[in-house]
Amino acid sequence: MSRGSLLLKIELRSNPEMLCVVRNALGELAAKLGFSEPECRAVVLAVDEALTNIIRHAYLGDPEQSIEASFRRIHVLRDGKSEDALEILLEDSGATASPEKMCGRALEDVRPGGLGLHFIRKSMDTVEFSHSNGRNQLRLVKILHGQTTQKGS
Amino acid sequence: MQIAARHLDKITIFDISGDIDLATSPQLRKALLRELRELKMPRVVLNLGAVRYIDSSGVASLVEGLKASRDVGSRFILFGLNKTIREVLQLSKLVRIFEIYENEEQSVAP
Repeated sequence: MSRGSLLLKIELRSNPEMLCVVRNALGELAAKLGFSEPECRAVVLAVDEALTNIIRHAYLGDPEQSIEASFRRIHVLRDGKSEDALEILLEDSGATASPEKMCGRALEDVRPGGLGLHFIRKSMDTVEFSHSNGRNQLRLVKILHGQTTQKGS
Repeated sequence: MQIAARHLDKITIFDISGDIDLATSPQLRKALLRELRELKMPRVVLNLGAVRYIDSSGVASLVEGLKASRDVGSRFILFGLNKTIREVLQLSKLVRIFEIYENEEQSVAP
């Protein structure tokens, strides 16, 4: 496996039935990369929530639209050290969310809804939204903690 | 997700298994609201022991169930929470608002 290379690319329909397929594939991928079980669950939760947001808010529940998900192993610089990480890019061509809708909500406010973005931010090390050429892009990064470089690896 | 209802005196117990996500949470929400708002069951208990995954839409369904139970004066109880579900509820900071027990015996006790 070459460093920084594409690990997996999926083009999926914006159908909620597809979410379990992505969760299963991503769970396996994260485990193979060496993430701990809680980290695997965190990555799966974040991506599932991000896809749910695309389906509900960008495509307004239309199950026939396209979402691209790509997964790369990258290096990130943190505190002057290079660390391995998983980078996930999610792209769609749906409506762009306004910044105020991306703020999540106060957790003290006990009501249904509004938790997805909070889960994403709590689960990942980097969460970046961007929009260009009519496409929304969400970049998520999870650092592979405890990764040590060993001879022969 | 599979959901099956059992009745024990004036208690409804839902045995839920599989994944609770955007695709399946509407089914859970509908079942909970029927039992609480329409049938006004005094106690609704959710056995989550076989639930593999829950997302924010699933948590939202549980919150709706809890709110409906408060509206009609019922008890809304969860038991059998595995590590995955506990993590998600803790992440949402909502774990403390639910009545949670370890097992069914405690959940149906008078």
